[in-house]
Amino acid sequence: MRELGYRPDALIEVLHTAQEAFGYLDAQALAYVGDRLGVPQSKAYGVATFYSYFTLEPEASHSCVVCTGTACYLDGAGALVSAVAGLLAARGQEAAPDRWLSLEEVRCLGPCSMAPVAVVDHEVHGKLTPPGLVSVVESL
Amino acid sequence: MSAAAPAGAQPPRASANVCQAASCLAMGSAQVCRALEAEVAAAGLDDVAVRRVGCLGLCAAGPLVEVPEQGRIFERVLPGDPSSREGLLASLKGEARGGRPVASDPFFSRQVKVVLERCGTVDPENIDDYLATGGYEALAKVAGSMSPDEVTSEVVKSGLRGRGGAGYPTGLKWRTVAKEAGAAGKFVVCNADEGDPGAFMDRSVMESSPHQVLEGMAIAGYAVGANRGYVYVRAEYPLAAERLALAIRQAERRGYLGARVAGTRFSFHVELRMGAGAYVCGEETALIASIQGERGTPRPRPPYPAASGLWGCPTLINNVETFANVPSIIVRGGEWFASIGTERSKGTKVFSLAGAVKNTGVVEVPMGLTLREIVFDIGGGLAPGRRFKAVQTGGPAGGCLPEELLDMPVDYESLTQAGSMMGSGGMIVMDDTTCMVDVAKFFMDFCRQESCGKCVPCRVGTHEMWRLLDRMTRGVASRWDLEQLESLAGMVRAMSLCGLGQGAPSPVFSTLRYFRDEYVAHIDEHVCPAGSCHMGTAEPAAAGVSPA
Repeated sequence: MRELGYRPDALIEVLHTAQEAFGYLDAQALAYVGDRLGVPQSKAYGVATFYSYFTLEPEASHSCVVCTGTACYLDGAGALVSAVAGLLAARGQEAAPDRWLSLEEVRCLGPCSMAPVAVVDHEVHGKLTPPGLVSVVESL
Repeated sequence: MSAAAPAGAQPPRASANVCQAASCLAMGSAQVCRALEAEVAAAGLDDVAVRRVGCLGLCAAGPLVEVPEQGRIFERVLPGDPSSREGLLASLKGEARGGRPVASDPFFSRQVKVVLERCGTVDPENIDDYLATGGYEALAKVAGSMSPDEVTSEVVKSGLRGRGGAGYPTGLKWRTVAKEAGAAGKFVVCNADEGDPGAFMDRSVMESSPHQVLEGMAIAGYAVGANRGYVYVRAEYPLAAERLALAIRQAERRGYLGARVAGTRFSFHVELRMGAGAYVCGEETALIASIQGERGTPRPRPPYPAASGLWGCPTLINNVETFANVPSIIVRGGEWFASIGTERSKGTKVFSLAGAVKNTGVVEVPMGLTLREIVFDIGGGLAPGRRFKAVQTGGPAGGCLPEELLDMPVDYESLTQAGSMMGSGGMIVMDDTTCMVDVAKFFMDFCRQESCGKCVPCRVGTHEMWRLLDRMTRGVASRWDLEQLESLAGMVRAMSLCGLGQGAPSPVFSTLRYFRDEYVAHIDEHVCPAGSCHMGTAEPAAAGVSPA
């Protein structure tokens, strides 16, 4: 925040930094950021919920992000999502508080030549099949 | 290090240019680079340089390595497989074998590179590479010896039009901003929020030649009288952001950005701003709100950003590819640029080819080439046994064009007339296993989730259209639903506040125009001709997981 000069317009940048440091944005973090930048808490909350990149929930231990851009959609991104969702359901992990894995969809990561693509714990995997992705996830 | 030869030593006899853009990196090209360096050293090839370069274009076959002295590109050079490097090493020793010959392979030979001139030849993380290929010469010329008006005139003469989608004449936009008084300052914004799914040209340009974009911005700043610029990069492109940030620091240190640009009195400061996963922020007024740290919701225009943009100041907004064209226009002249392309669409266009085509990747072609030439000659056509069905251009606001239109020239007007649009340049090829109703549903799902919610036609309309399309793909829709869809699509197009809502019905319109029989089959016969829809399923599909 010091680097950005405590300017109210630095809100998104600061939220990025906070999320990087803490993994997610809780009420306390939002209140603190809002307070220091001179931004009402309601606005900090509004901005944090508007952008899909920010999360207000604690992170799961692992993450699986399936790209659902056009190229990945054509090459079966839907089946990838169902496969991992099925795995989670089978493990009864869907709503557990100490979540093992978070499953997310994202709008186009850009490496469309490798469709369908998923990012598992920040590592990009391309040309995936549903069993392929399941085995990557299971090896976590 | 990128260049093996120290300064003053002889230039290398041969070099291995290893692609370090996102696709190839994901396939392990960083490890390939290290392995190659070790192998080159072990073979005693001390006159060979292993260099890290930007995108080589043929992303389908990564990791890619080019040996420019031999004019060959080697595909699928895998880190864990030394045998995949045999041909490459032989080539580095001087034997001409293996790889794809760049000069005779249509994927490479049919392209004309202006924007991508340096992609795959310079190290994106090294400003010296950029300078060695004439980088920042245009900026030095502009700031040192041209008046702002001369610069704008050159851009007007070039006929360059905005590469972000709408195709507004760039020179005209510059002139408008230049005329504004801007007592409190003016801004230049680079729209690098390449949100169209299936489009990745701008990512490639930023990852491969970031200085070129910055140079274009600084020239624009000089022309319109702005001293500050912002690059707004989407959060999904961390590598592009990282390389831009590095490029900004390097350019400041060398005096090409900052207080005294190229030793003149012109100053231009650039800051990087990250998006946070909102497609609508590619719309210019939403982008401005987002740079100001607010929710990215659009506002009605006028006033246009040219008159009242960032913090109410006159603001010039162009996209990555538009700015990347500018240095060449200054160096080679507007007339040279205008000699490429068609009468109303000048220059080249970068496309990202993806989907059911063999050579997926980033390509740059002169405007006016036909879709057939792009998909079949450059793209290499479809996999054996697959039949071409449609090519989708323009992202969620574009459309699907059928086989009958393959001989149509690709320029702004032709695409719009055919019910699609140029858009930012995503081109996705679909084969006969793709259901066009489901494609329309896919894009509608995208728009309804990315709708910012400010105006009702878009917020509610996209959702209702998605529900109707969903009914069709489940085989429970009636003719009445089809009528509803068409009237709703017209309403959403006419009434929405910004481009997202106005463009959202386009995939529906274009698929109805060219593939109406598929809709009819879903409704009357409860059959999906492509065999991809699960007819007769009761629960809405794909509604379970919320987007990231």
